[in-house]
Amino acid sequence: MTKKHTIAVLVNDQPGVLQRVSGLFGRRGFNIESITVGTSEEPGLSRMIIVTTGDDGTLEQIQKQLYKLIDVIKVIDLSANPMISRELALIKVGAEPSARPELFAVVDTFRASVVDISPSTVIVQVVGDTEKIDAMVELMKPYGILQLTRTGVTAMTRGA
Amino acid sequence: MDSEELRTRLLKPDVISGSEILLRSLLLEGVECVFGYPGGAVLYIYDAMHGNPDFKHLLTRHEQGAIHAADGYARSTGKVGVCIATSGPGATNLVTGIATAYMDSVPLVVITGNVATTFIGTDAFQEADITGITMPITKHSYLVRDVKDLSKTIREAFHIANTGRKGPVLIDIPKDVSSHLTEFQYPEEVNIRGYNPTVMPNKGQVNKLLQAIEEAERPVILAGGGVVYAGAHEELLEFAQKTRIPVTTTLLGLGGFPSGNELWMGMPGMHGTWTANTALQNCDLLIGIGARFDDRVTMKVSAFAPKAKIAHIDVDPAEIGKTVPTAIPCVGDVKMVLELANQKAKPAKSEAWIQQVNEWKAEHPLSYKDSEEELKPQWVVEMIHRQTNGDAFVTTDVGQHQMWAAQYYRFNHPRRWISSGGLGTMGFGFPSAIGVQVANPDATVVSINGDGGMQMCSQELAICAIHNIPVKIAVLNNQVLGMVRQWQEIIHGQRFSHIDLAGSPDFVKLAEAYGVKGLRASNKEEADAAWQEAMNTPGPVLVEFVVRRDENVYPMVQAGTSISEMIMGDAE
Ligand SMILES: Cc1ncc(C[n+]2csc(CCOP(=O)(O)OP(=O)(O)O)c2C)c(N)n1
Repeated sequence: MTKKHTIAVLVNDQPGVLQRVSGLFGRRGFNIESITVGTSEEPGLSRMIIVTTGDDGTLEQIQKQLYKLIDVIKVIDLSANPMISRELALIKVGAEPSARPELFAVVDTFRASVVDISPSTVIVQVVGDTEKIDAMVELMKPYGILQLTRTGVTAMTRGA
Repeated sequence: MDSEELRTRLLKPDVISGSEILLRSLLLEGVECVFGYPGGAVLYIYDAMHGNPDFKHLLTRHEQGAIHAADGYARSTGKVGVCIATSGPGATNLVTGIATAYMDSVPLVVITGNVATTFIGTDAFQEADITGITMPITKHSYLVRDVKDLSKTIREAFHIANTGRKGPVLIDIPKDVSSHLTEFQYPEEVNIRGYNPTVMPNKGQVNKLLQAIEEAERPVILAGGGVVYAGAHEELLEFAQKTRIPVTTTLLGLGGFPSGNELWMGMPGMHGTWTANTALQNCDLLIGIGARFDDRVTMKVSAFAPKAKIAHIDVDPAEIGKTVPTAIPCVGDVKMVLELANQKAKPAKSEAWIQQVNEWKAEHPLSYKDSEEELKPQWVVEMIHRQTNGDAFVTTDVGQHQMWAAQYYRFNHPRRWISSGGLGTMGFGFPSAIGVQVANPDATVVSINGDGGMQMCSQELAICAIHNIPVKIAVLNNQVLGMVRQWQEIIHGQRFSHIDLAGSPDFVKLAEAYGVKGLRASNKEEADAAWQEAMNTPGPVLVEFVVRRDENVYPMVQAGTSISEMIMGDAE
């Protein structure tokens, strides 16, 4: 059965590592829905969070193939356990002053925030799981989305 | 000078250039000969070779020749093969050879020069991002940015290339790195955090395998190149004999199990034997050992070994379950797994099955219609087998002659069969033989080629001539791209499209032009005599066999169909 998997990949912080990892996905026909990279708690190591779709067999192959890369230290299927996943989006909408009270109300309800205001536009920042951000984007559409940028998912398992 | 003295001298912590570090490190890794081609970006490296009495380098006539020679060297010895090329065009000329080694898990260290670090990324003259280009076809790669990292990098590269699942490792060395000076230190230990191949098998997994064997009535072993690479041929023989399981060896597994043994069934797959394919389709337990279930073996995967429980022994965990669902995985070094298994192995319930297999072997042996008018390529291979006592190192190119060599030259020892399996690289056969002969100077080395592939690297005849490398080169000249002709005949309704090799050189004259002896044979008598003369001639010899043009390789399973659907052709 095809489903979404979120995997964390601990890698050496080396030039070309992202290319090795994304190249592996491309060459072997694995899907990348989102990929984020940043420093980890350990100097010299970065953590990638990759959201992919596939059945369990595909996930197993992805993990095994990743382990074959010399720069990959550890691969964890985060979605196998309860996890927290977050994404950030910035949404620039056209909003004349008259439309703003209603817009701000929506932003408040979603615990999003307004981070920039110009005479005719507003930038909304929203943090949450992918579904929440999708929903927020839907709600912003009627105002006219001028620009949208999303970070991709970062994630962590709950607890110790 | 003895090697201990050389080692001490090499290990001296002198302040030396990157180029000298490279040469010293290669010597410390036990590299006997490097195959290469110079250019601007490796000038310092070649300068360091000048007058260096310890370092042996063979100048080929094309970088592709150099890397296939290094590949043959590695396959025939199990040691790491090394080649050197300059940046840009030199490096990109290696790509086919790197992919060839990658697909067949051959340990190579490939050294390329690059433009100086300050020029990298500027589209400088002869710059190519060779680490980027080769990422999907190397086990690992390095771009060395600081001369201080060079010796450690080389040490790691050799370790990675020749442990776990073997493969090519690329080291790209910018020109300034090869000229800068630093104090030489060669690390003794290798410690790579992200690299710990599982070599020791899990006992529970092995016990599960042994249990399944005891219960099996129709078991089959599918042994691949991994058996040869792990040096596990003796353990495999013991395992098969203790468990009483018939064995089929893949193209790269040839020689991993003695062809004379009563349990051997021949090769499986597209041009496999009737017996091997029929046994695979009827077995109840299939044990893959160092074999990766390539599509040339399984053919239509959904119809492959339909009645079998599948066990798989491999050092690369990613191979397990990659193409066929696996009930019993055994991750580990093939030799260690088999050693462990052999301690407790008991026979399967397979005597009736072995009898059945032997009946199939008798009923459907590999065969062809011989001819007195035309020279048959199969006959030529058998003749070469006879005259070399089945004892030669045999390299092949790719095509029909490759399959005939695989079918009719019977191998009883590992590492004697050198052929590009995974990538199927034309141009591989002849230069790889040069590497084999350099590594095995006293052995009989035979290179069997088609007239098409011979023309892809024939320039390396020069190397044989000037270094007196006594390779015996057979060219099976059918005047066409034979394997393509066969497919066009069978699959494309005889619509023969661009397969005619008219305009090929006179191969005898070609050889002679390089100073290599050339002979031609068009019938059995001439063939016998020519090969005898070749064998009795101390140096390199090329023998052109003018063979029947329209001969096909049988049995044949068409792509997309099941291995039970064998076309037997003339074979019956
Ligand atoms: C570099 C490369 N190009 C193309 C092919 C496709 N190919 C496979 S076999 C073959 C024909 C080989 O002809 P020849 O060398 O004459 O050998 P024969 O089949 O006649 O024995 C070709 C073109 C290949 N394997 N490798």
